[in-house]
Amino acid sequence: MNWLREWMMPLQASEHAAKVDNLYVFILLLTSAFFVLIVYLTVLFAWKYKRRKEGVLTINFQHNLALELVWSIIPLMIVIGIFFWSFNDYAAANVAPNDALEIHVTGKKWNWTFEYPDGTRSIRSLHVPVNKPIRLIMTSEDVLHAFFIPALRIKQDVIPGRYVDLNFTATVAGKHQVFCAEYCGRDHSGMLGDLFVDSPAKYAEWLEKGDEELYKMKPADLGKMVWEMKGCNSCHTIDGSKGEGPSFKGLFGRTEKFKDGSTAVADENYIRESILNPQAKVVAGYEPVMPTFQGLLREIEIKGVIAYIKELK
Amino acid sequence: MSSESHVAGHGAEPSFRQHHFINAEQQFDTSKLGMWLFLATEILMFGGLFVGYGLMQSVYPEAWVAGHHHLDRIMGAVNTVFLLCSSFTMVMAVHAASQSEKAKTVRYLLGTLVFAAGFLVIKYFEYSHKFHDGLLPGTHFSYHGGGPPQQAMFFGFYFAMTGLHGFHVVVGMALITWIMLRAMRGEFSSAYYTPVDLVGLYWHLVDLIWIYLFPLLYLVS
Amino acid sequence: MADTVATPKAHGHGEHHDVDYLHDGSLLSWMTTVDHKKLGVMYLWSVLFMFFLGGVFALLIRMELFSSDPSKAMMDAQTYNKVFTLHGAIMVFLFIIPSIPAALGNFVLPIMLGAKDVAFPRLNLASFWVYVTGALIAVTAMVTGGVDTGWTFYTPYSTTTDGSVALMTFAAFVLGFSSILTGVNFIATVHKLRAPGMGWFKMPLFVWGMYATAIIQVLATPVLAITLLLLIMERTFGVGVFDPKLGGDPVLFQHFFWFYSHPAVYIMILPGMAIISEVIPTMSQKTFFGYKATAFSSVAIAIVSFVVWGHHMFTSGQSQLAGAIFSFLTFLVGIPSAIKVFNWITTMYKGSISLEAPMLYALMFLILFGIGGLTGLFLGAMSVDIHLHDTYFVVAHFHYVMMGSTAIAFLAGLHYWWPKMFGRMYNESAARIAAVLVFIGFNTTFLPQFLLGSRGMPRRYYNYLPEFTFLHQVSTVGSWILALGFIIMAGYLFASLRKKFDAPANPWHGRSLEWQIASPPITHNFHEVPVVTAEPYDYYRPFEPSVKGHH
Repeated sequence: MNWLREWMMPLQASEHAAKVDNLYVFILLLTSAFFVLIVYLTVLFAWKYKRRKEGVLTINFQHNLALELVWSIIPLMIVIGIFFWSFNDYAAANVAPNDALEIHVTGKKWNWTFEYPDGTRSIRSLHVPVNKPIRLIMTSEDVLHAFFIPALRIKQDVIPGRYVDLNFTATVAGKHQVFCAEYCGRDHSGMLGDLFVDSPAKYAEWLEKGDEELYKMKPADLGKMVWEMKGCNSCHTIDGSKGEGPSFKGLFGRTEKFKDGSTAVADENYIRESILNPQAKVVAGYEPVMPTFQGLLREIEIKGVIAYIKELK
Repeated sequence: MSSESHVAGHGAEPSFRQHHFINAEQQFDTSKLGMWLFLATEILMFGGLFVGYGLMQSVYPEAWVAGHHHLDRIMGAVNTVFLLCSSFTMVMAVHAASQSEKAKTVRYLLGTLVFAAGFLVIKYFEYSHKFHDGLLPGTHFSYHGGGPPQQAMFFGFYFAMTGLHGFHVVVGMALITWIMLRAMRGEFSSAYYTPVDLVGLYWHLVDLIWIYLFPLLYLVS
Repeated sequence: MADTVATPKAHGHGEHHDVDYLHDGSLLSWMTTVDHKKLGVMYLWSVLFMFFLGGVFALLIRMELFSSDPSKAMMDAQTYNKVFTLHGAIMVFLFIIPSIPAALGNFVLPIMLGAKDVAFPRLNLASFWVYVTGALIAVTAMVTGGVDTGWTFYTPYSTTTDGSVALMTFAAFVLGFSSILTGVNFIATVHKLRAPGMGWFKMPLFVWGMYATAIIQVLATPVLAITLLLLIMERTFGVGVFDPKLGGDPVLFQHFFWFYSHPAVYIMILPGMAIISEVIPTMSQKTFFGYKATAFSSVAIAIVSFVVWGHHMFTSGQSQLAGAIFSFLTFLVGIPSAIKVFNWITTMYKGSISLEAPMLYALMFLILFGIGGLTGLFLGAMSVDIHLHDTYFVVAHFHYVMMGSTAIAFLAGLHYWWPKMFGRMYNESAARIAAVLVFIGFNTTFLPQFLLGSRGMPRRYYNYLPEFTFLHQVSTVGSWILALGFIIMAGYLFASLRKKFDAPANPWHGRSLEWQIASPPITHNFHEVPVVTAEPYDYYRPFEPSVKGHH
C-alpha cells in the first residue's frame, strides 16, 4: 500500500508520521470497502427494481432483526477499534522525554520566531538536530495561529496568553514545510516557515554561524532574501507604495522626518539603528509597531539589508 | 369522530378561537406548550451567561469577591422581595382572571406593575452609583479604589446579566400593561384567559432568573 | 363527496376557501399572510436568492484559487478573506439552516399532519420577517466594511480586526431568533395539531426529522445567541471574557461557539435525511424499512449532537481526556447515521423504482452522504485528525455533508414537492441533465480537495505552494460544471412557472396527506379535517385515502 500512502500523504519524516499513515490507510481501505458496498447496492437496486409497470403493489418488508443487528453492531465494533487505535497514537505523540530539546516558538502576524536554549533566535526557519526529541513551547503575541508540519503529521493551535507544547522527533534530515493552519488575517497564507532537520554537527555549526550560504551570496541578494524570509516584506514595500512602514524604494540618502519633528538623513547608521532599535526614530505618519530584530539578524544580514536598500533607487 | 366535534364547535364559535384549531382546549394547550418552549430557550440563554460567569469566577475568585463588595446587598435584597411580591400578585391575577373577576384581575395586575416599577427604580439608583464610581465593564472600568484588575470583567458580567434581566423586566411590564388593558375591556373570562396565564408564566421566569442572579452576583463568598 | 367547508370566522384576510392558495388574496396580502404555504414559498425564494449569492462568492473563491501566481490574482488577500467569510456566513446562516425547515418544512409539515396551519401562524410570519431583517443586517455589514473573520468568528481575531464584525454577529444573532421561532412552532404543531388518527408512528418520517431538528433549534440556538451577544459586548465594551490581554480565555469562545454549531450541523443534516426518508419510499413504492429505527435515530442524533462539540477542537489545547471523550462520542453519533443509510438502501430492495428527478437526487444523496459520512471517520480519529484539521480535507468533508447531502436533499425535496407547491410540472429531461451536471460538477470540485488536504494544504489560504496548483485547477473547473447545472435548473424551474396549472394532485403516487389534496392546495389545505387510518408508506396494499371531499 506504499504507493497509496505516497500518493496521498506528504513525505514521512518521523515515526509518528508512519503511525498516522498506517491508520489513515487502514481507514481509507475500510471506508472504501463500505463505500463500494453502498454504491453497488444503490446502483444494483435502482437498476434491478426499476419501475416497469405502473400501479403495482410491492412486498411488505419492514423489519429483519438479524440484518439490523448486524449493521448496527459491526460498524460499532469497527469505530470503537479505530477510536482506541487513534487515541493510543495521539497520547504517545504527546509525551516528551526529559532530555527533549526545548525551543520557544512565538507566532505573530504573520511570522514565526524561534528561540533556542543558547539564546540564538531565528525567524521563519526552525533548525533542529535529527533523531533528537524536540519540545516546542509555543505562544502567540496577537491572535490564534496554528503550527503545522505536514511531514511530521503534527499541528497545534498557538494561543495568546498561554503556553502550549508540541513534541516530535524528526528522523529524516532535510527541509520540511511549516504552515500556519489557523486563520489569522491578511497574510495567513504567507505565514510559512521551514523546518531544517540537520545532523548534530551541522546543527551546532548553524547555531554558531548561521547558514553558510549567507557568506557566499552577494550582499544585496542576501538583503533581498532577508527582506523576504524575515518578514520585512509584510510592512515595507519595494515599489514605493505605502505599507505599515515606509517603503524601501528610494529610502537610502533621503531625509526622513520623525514623529517628534526632528529629521535625519537615512544612512547606514540610521538603517542599522532602525533595525535594532526601531522605536528610537519613528517616521512621521507611521505607528511605532516594528519589533526589534536584535539577536534575530546576524551582522552579515544587517549589512545585506543595507546593501539591498541602497540598490532600490 | 373529530369532524363531529369540529362541526359542534362550529355552531357555537367562540370569537377567540383561531381557525386552525379544532377547539378552544386544543388552542389553550398549544399556546401553553409554545410558552414553555420559549421559556426553555430563555433559561438556556441565561444559562450560557451563568456558565461563563462561573468559569471566570473559578479563574479569578479574588476579583469576584472584590467586585461584589461594590454591590449593595440591601438594595439587591429589597429588589428580590419586590419581585417575589410581584410574582404573588401575578398568581392572584391569573386566579382572578380564571374566576372571571374582572376588577380583581385589573387590580392585581396593577400591583404587579407597581412592584416591577419599584424594581427598576432601585436598579436605576444602583446603576447610577456604579456609573459614578467608574465601576463599568471592561476597558471602560475607571474605578480608582484599587483591587484586582479583573473586576472589570466581573462588572462586564454584572451589567450583561442584570441588563439582560432588566430588559426582560421592561418587556414584562409592557406585556402586563397590554393584558391589563384587555382585562379592562372585559376580554377575559373563565372560558378564555390564556394571555393572562402565559404572561404570568413569563413573569415567573423573570422572577426566577433574578432569584439565581441575586446570590450569584451579590452574595459571592 | 359532501363538500362541507369549515368556515371559521376568526381568520380574517378575506380568503376564499376553494381557491388555490396562490391566487387567494392580492400580491400585497402576501406580506402579512399567516398562511404557512405562502410563508413557505416566500422563504423558498429568499433562501434560493441567498443560495445564489453564496454561490457567486463560491465561484469567486474558486476563480481566485485557479492560479498560485500572485500576478494573476483577481483580488487582494483582504478581499479574498472577506469573500470566503461571506460565502460561509451566507450559506450557513441564510441558506442551509432555514432551507429545508423554513421553506419546504413550513409548506409540507402541517399538511402531512392533517392540519390547516402551524400552531402559531403569526409567530411564523414574525419568524419570516425576523429572517428578512437579519438578512438585511448581514447585507449592511457586507457593504459597510465587510467581515474577514471566517463564519466561525474566532476570538481574539474577531474582537481585534476592522470591519463590520459586530454588525455581522448581530445579524447571526437575529437570524438565530428566526430559527428558534420556527423550531417552537414545529414542536407545538407536531405535539398538538395532528389530525385524528395521526398517531406518532403514523407520522411521515419527514415530520420526525423536522421534529428532531426543531428540538436542536430550540435548545442550542439560545446558547449561540448569548455567545454572539458576549462577542458584541467584547467588541464594544472590551469586557475581556475572550481576550487574553484582559485575562480572558479565547478558547472559551470556541467551546461556546461549537456547543451551538455542532448541533447546528445536525440542524442542517437531519432535515436532509428527513427528505430522503420521504422520497425513497414514495419513488420506490415500498414500505419503509426500519421506520421506528429511523424515527428514533433522528431524535438520538439530536441528543448526542449536544455532547460532541469538542471534536472541532482537538488541536486547540483542550485536555487529552476531554479530547478522548469527544472523539469517542463522535464515533458513536456516526452509528445512527450509518443505520439510516442501510435503511434507505434496504427500502429500495424489491421496490418499483421510478428514476425521475427527485429519485435521482435521492440516489445522489446516498452516494455523496456516503463519502461525507465515511470521511468523517478520518476526522473523528484523533491522531489522523491532528494532521487533517484545518486543511482542505475538512473543507471537502463538510462540503460533502452540507452541500452534497443537505443541499442535494433540498433539491430532491424541491423537485418532489414543486408540483404540489406551484401546481406545475417542470421539464423532466432538462431536470435529469441538470442533475447529472450537478453530480459531476460537485465531485470534480470537491474530490480533489480531499487529496489537497491530506497532502497538507491548509484551508482559508489566499495563496498556495506551486505543487498544489493542478488539484486546485481541477477543483475550479468542477465549480464551473456545477454552476452550469444550476443555471439549467433555474431555467426549467422558472419556465415551468409560466405554464398553466398542469400538475396532477399526486404525480409520484405518494400516500402521505399532502398527495391527497389538490396541487396547488386550497387556502385551508383540507375541505374537511382528515381522519387518518393508513400507515404513511403501506405500498403493499391498495390505497385508502384519508382525505374526503377531494376529486
